[in-house]
Amino acid sequence: MCLAIPARIEEMTTPGNAIVNLGGVRKEISLALVDDAVVGDYVIVHVGYALQKLDQEEAERTLQMFAEMGQLDELRSELAGDAA
Amino acid sequence: MSTVKPNYTRPLDIKNGRVDMSHGSGGRAMAQLITELFAAAFDNEYLAQGNDGALLPSAAGRLVMATDSHVVSPLFFAGGDIGCLSVHGTINDVAVMGATPLYLSAGFILEEGFPLADLKRIVESMAQAAREAGVPVVTGDTKVVEQGKGDGVFITTTGVGVVREGVNLSGDLAKPGDKILLSGTIGDHGMAILSQREGLTFSAPIVSDTAALHGLIAAMLDSGVKLRVLRDPTRGGLATTLNEIAKQSGVGMMLQESAIAVNQPVEAACEFLGLDPLYVANEGKLIAICAPEDAARLLEVMRAHPLGKGASVIGEVLDDAHGFVQMTTKLGGRRVVDWLAGEQLPRIC
Amino acid sequence: MKYVDEFRDGELAKNISANIAREADPKRNYRLMEFCGGHTHAISRYGIADLLPSNVRMIHGPGCPVCVLPIGRVDQAIRLAREHGVILCTYADTVRVPASDNLSLMRAKAKGADVRMIYSTQDALKIARENPQREVVFLAIGFETTTPPTAVAIKQAAAEGLKNFSILCDHVLTPAAMHAILAVEGGVAIDGFVGPAHVSTVIGSKPYEPFADDYGKPVVIAGFEPLDVMQAILMLVRQVNDGRAAVENEFTRAVTREGNLKAQELVAEVFELRDMFEWRGLGSVPNSALKLRPKYAAFDAELKFKVDYVEVPDNKACECAAILRGQKRPQECKIFGTVCTPENPVGSCMVSSEGACAAHYSYGRFRETV
Repeated sequence: MCLAIPARIEEMTTPGNAIVNLGGVRKEISLALVDDAVVGDYVIVHVGYALQKLDQEEAERTLQMFAEMGQLDELRSELAGDAA
Repeated sequence: MSTVKPNYTRPLDIKNGRVDMSHGSGGRAMAQLITELFAAAFDNEYLAQGNDGALLPSAAGRLVMATDSHVVSPLFFAGGDIGCLSVHGTINDVAVMGATPLYLSAGFILEEGFPLADLKRIVESMAQAAREAGVPVVTGDTKVVEQGKGDGVFITTTGVGVVREGVNLSGDLAKPGDKILLSGTIGDHGMAILSQREGLTFSAPIVSDTAALHGLIAAMLDSGVKLRVLRDPTRGGLATTLNEIAKQSGVGMMLQESAIAVNQPVEAACEFLGLDPLYVANEGKLIAICAPEDAARLLEVMRAHPLGKGASVIGEVLDDAHGFVQMTTKLGGRRVVDWLAGEQLPRIC
Repeated sequence: MKYVDEFRDGELAKNISANIAREADPKRNYRLMEFCGGHTHAISRYGIADLLPSNVRMIHGPGCPVCVLPIGRVDQAIRLAREHGVILCTYADTVRVPASDNLSLMRAKAKGADVRMIYSTQDALKIARENPQREVVFLAIGFETTTPPTAVAIKQAAAEGLKNFSILCDHVLTPAAMHAILAVEGGVAIDGFVGPAHVSTVIGSKPYEPFADDYGKPVVIAGFEPLDVMQAILMLVRQVNDGRAAVENEFTRAVTREGNLKAQELVAEVFELRDMFEWRGLGSVPNSALKLRPKYAAFDAELKFKVDYVEVPDNKACECAAILRGQKRPQECKIFGTVCTPENPVGSCMVSSEGACAAHYSYGRFRETV
């Protein structure tokens, strides 16, 4: 039961709900499970609820990690620091 | 003295009126519905004959006949409605056989209580689609069922056409080495419908691609390329149609995911609802399979037509007794594009 | 689509693939299990197996809540719909799961049961509000990702005083399932786990630490996109090479060590552990599933209606049990692809497209023959 999508909060609606946008598609979802989400935040949406905010800096870091050429020692110490 | 004209008949109350059981009974109410609504909209010499069947001129050549029933819900959607959809769909079924569509018939099953205003809108949309396509609705039928026994309106259209001399298109003619072409983006019609049902809204709306393809097909036939198969990927989407052809021809296929175009809002809507665009219905696209040496020319011809400007070569036919339709994914791995199993269920996981 | 497209980039995939090929030791095999059904789907859909060296193999785990749902639980839902005339609301994936008497929820619907597919628990609440004279029951399945949305709905129903809403609670727990796989006589030949993506956004990475510590198996939590899965595989290969067994997090953009505390608190408030729960393929597992707390008993369909759980054994020929444990592959099941197909699934592994058998059938069976 994992299908979830990252979407941008576009507009707050009734208390606890917001309209999110993914690739131009908008849907109203519930924010009952996340605190402090504001317009402009990205959230992970699952079965009509935001589950967690998406950390945009971490997203960038992850993308950079994908591009690395596997400098083994350097990466490993980095990872040990990042564990959980 | 009365100032009412002697032959005055009270016209249908289109604005507020609704279909009732008398409209299907064969009596005066039905005759009025036909005259004021259907015949007025479709208006052609054959329909004007006013008989149970339309008497048509002799046709020179082999005949093609195709039929389609339309039960789409909602009846009105972005880019069209059940009316124009029923005209386009049957014209396309005739045209992909390599035939010039000539005439259409239309059967309506109306639900008691259906607003006449909506019916008029649908019929006028059909009439416009038929006019633009140059294919008249020459005969029809109307029945009414009790409230609760129908979804507003169901429409069945049948089309007749004549196949060009020398043209032979069939799903069992694909050969290893042949190229597979697609006329444009996939998933637009199905997602336009589903999104409306699921309450998705859009910054740029998804619009159904419903269209009559016989003009594009005529251009493709005119070009003289060696066409083997033409088909429109409707219910079940591109994946289902390709699997059908692969099975009929006893071949396999290899597709390139990166060559299959999907509009961004369609892709996003599919992500939202957990669906795969390969299995979503299209109503204005076609698949063409041709001899490999003709692929470049066919692509050019398709792109020159407004309904084919997004055309691309999406793959080729392989020698494969198992009949697998395979695909190289955007990531470079391989997967099978299988038949649709049951109804495409939105995934939650 | 931001945060989606970049994580599916073909060039980056090539890079990670090259890294894995370079770092995987040709003298050994790597057997890695992806626990989450969403990962199974990503691997199949993008053909990731083709991007891995032949000595790195993915084994599909039981992380598909539809796959581990016992027949008896579906029977309960069907009985409620057919015999008690409730409006049975369910996520779409469940409707084709084969149950007893040749029924499924979809077939029950065809026979007149009021079964409705919904996208969100909010939809179920709406149906309850709009149909005050009918009973509405929500079939609550799913791992920890899906449990908080049910908790929210229950609390809302309680606050609104909804009298006609209840749930059949079949929520299950990921760490318990992982224990059940690993605690098999003689150990299990799995070198590492790709940890679930969205379950982890809720529970955090902390609950996986015992696996690394007690069983000596590395766990790398991976995001949902194909590049995430590939990077996690690389990270697992590295740990195996180093002889390490730690919990690492590839999905740092959405997973922290603590997880979503608000969601966890909500779940703890509404649910408590069941002593035992039967899992399809894993047998009875202690402390692996949830039920409603007494405070919310009014919303428990098992208490409200007489629908006892009756255990139904799996079809004898069905190898789901071994497949869910990663002990057998789909193609090793005698009825795979013949008697048991996506159109006519015998076991749950074939029903949901995340199930190991369905995924292999739909995306991968050509590999056997081509």
